[in-house]
Amino acid sequence: MRNHVSRTGYDVIGLLVFAVMMFPIYWMVSTAFKPGKEILSLTPYWFPNPITLDNFRDAIAVPFFWNDVVNSLVVVCTVVAISIILAFLAAVAVARFGFKGRSAFIVMVIAVQMVPLNALVIPIYLLLDSVGQVDSLLGVIAYYMAVVLPFMIWTLRGFVHNIPVDLEEAAMVDGATRLGAFMRIVFPLVAPGLVATAIFGFIQAWNEYIIAYVLLSSSSKQTLTIWLASFTTQHGTDWGGLMAGATLTALPVVVFFLLVQRHVAGGLTAGAVKG
Amino acid sequence: MRAAREMSAAKAAPGSYIEASPLRQRFRIAVARKGLPYALITPALLVILGVLGWPLAMLVSLSLQHYGLRELFQHQGTFVGLKNFSTILADPQFAYTLKATVIFTVANVGLSMLFAVLIALLLERVSRFVRILLGGGLVFVWATPVIPAVNLWQWMFDYEFGVINWALTRIGAGNYMHHNWFENPLQGFAVVTVIVVWGAIPFLAISLHAGLTQVPRELIDAAQIDGARAWQVFVHVTLPILRPLLLVLVSLSTIWDFGVFNQVWVLLSQRPSSDYYLMSIYSFQESFRVSQYGLGSAVSVVMILILVVATFLYVRQTVRSINEGGA
Repeated sequence: MRNHVSRTGYDVIGLLVFAVMMFPIYWMVSTAFKPGKEILSLTPYWFPNPITLDNFRDAIAVPFFWNDVVNSLVVVCTVVAISIILAFLAAVAVARFGFKGRSAFIVMVIAVQMVPLNALVIPIYLLLDSVGQVDSLLGVIAYYMAVVLPFMIWTLRGFVHNIPVDLEEAAMVDGATRLGAFMRIVFPLVAPGLVATAIFGFIQAWNEYIIAYVLLSSSSKQTLTIWLASFTTQHGTDWGGLMAGATLTALPVVVFFLLVQRHVAGGLTAGAVKG
Repeated sequence: MRAAREMSAAKAAPGSYIEASPLRQRFRIAVARKGLPYALITPALLVILGVLGWPLAMLVSLSLQHYGLRELFQHQGTFVGLKNFSTILADPQFAYTLKATVIFTVANVGLSMLFAVLIALLLERVSRFVRILLGGGLVFVWATPVIPAVNLWQWMFDYEFGVINWALTRIGAGNYMHHNWFENPLQGFAVVTVIVVWGAIPFLAISLHAGLTQVPRELIDAAQIDGARAWQVFVHVTLPILRPLLLVLVSLSTIWDFGVFNQVWVLLSQRPSSDYYLMSIYSFQESFRVSQYGLGSAVSVVMILILVVATFLYVRQTVRSINEGGA
């Protein structure tokens, strides 16, 4: 009986925590659908009534929106396409081979992730400035690759490591070459991991702010996270437009994240939980 | 271990390998054994060294140079030894910034971990329905990108139409109508803390919940039979088992919170007053606002050194677990 009562008590607390954590997101989305007079009201309206798409229309009409969507996509897709290949090769080396310098390489991959990105903004800016690549997507792409690579290597290493070597050996006993065994046995098994890691890299690059902010100064070359600042002017902030823009910017990330969270979450804490 | 095992397996490889292959292929196998892993890591290594290693080395060298606007045009600084470091160490703004950053980091890591542990324990005790609902909500918050997240909190804390000022006034916490949260840096940092902790909780709580499910049930049952209270079970059974995971989570949180930039920068509309300087903002302003790239680099170097010391244990733990062959 007592157990039953305390379970209900915990459920109530759980629902409260859920409400507190989710409210900000609800507030962003509901503001995005509200007409102006319900947004700029001293007493909040809890539900948009009537629901309007005006804020989204305004947000899309902000200069350079589509331009910046394309920029974001170009940068992120290039970064992910190249780095997933490089990361996969390195991950196979680390997970499947013993070689001199393997530990050093692993230490480097972990240690590099410790360096706060914004600490490197100064030399990156000066380096790209000296070769005339400031305000170009190329510089941003090169830099983002280095940002996502260590994490990708680390995560993929876990996926490759978890595929039993016995499977490959069995295929080789049956006459497959090493490469054949790898392509036919390991690759299909690791494919979901590759997709998950690629999507996670996509999210990281899509969300990046400071490098794009420092490097990309002309409006036609900016990415979406920088574009969001255009809703704040000297006359104040267009909250409806900003919330609609924020919702649009967050949407692809949230969708992707919900798809892969289960697969990649372990990567960050790998080694800490025995499994 | 796995790799070593696999290597020996390859050495004792099926004879068909050698039989089917003339000298050239045998040579190729020998090269493959020695050279293949290096060939595989080289591209990634080059990118990491070129795009991270080089700037890192340049950062250190910049911190030893006078590098202002004139030097920027000439692409050439002048070596001044440790002068930049002695300059920033003598700057009262640096002392304030360091203190503010350390307090900010301790408060944010502490609060994030506290709430995350509580929520992880809660997740174990609620009914299945609430667990799925709360877990889903956490993943949703985790997925929200940081810049849109800062914008939405900016809106919630808006001095005129913000829902938080309305709610605080409504519940009788005082008159918060037209209350500006950013006039007083202590209150401003409280807002930043709310944003950082809210964003940090999901990852930490979900990882901790996953860790809790690994604690053997028998150990807890045994402790309970021996008459241990709930908190005693937690302190003496659960915590020691979670220790490695806690170390990782505290280290990662420390790295993230010590380097906080976006939240402050976007929240204060890209013009934070010097009261709001955290290390990363200070370094950024020294470089890009007053064009003292040498001083800014020196601040960044100090920042990295502090992080290296603070997270040494984490790196050691991770490397050790890899070498023991853990996943």
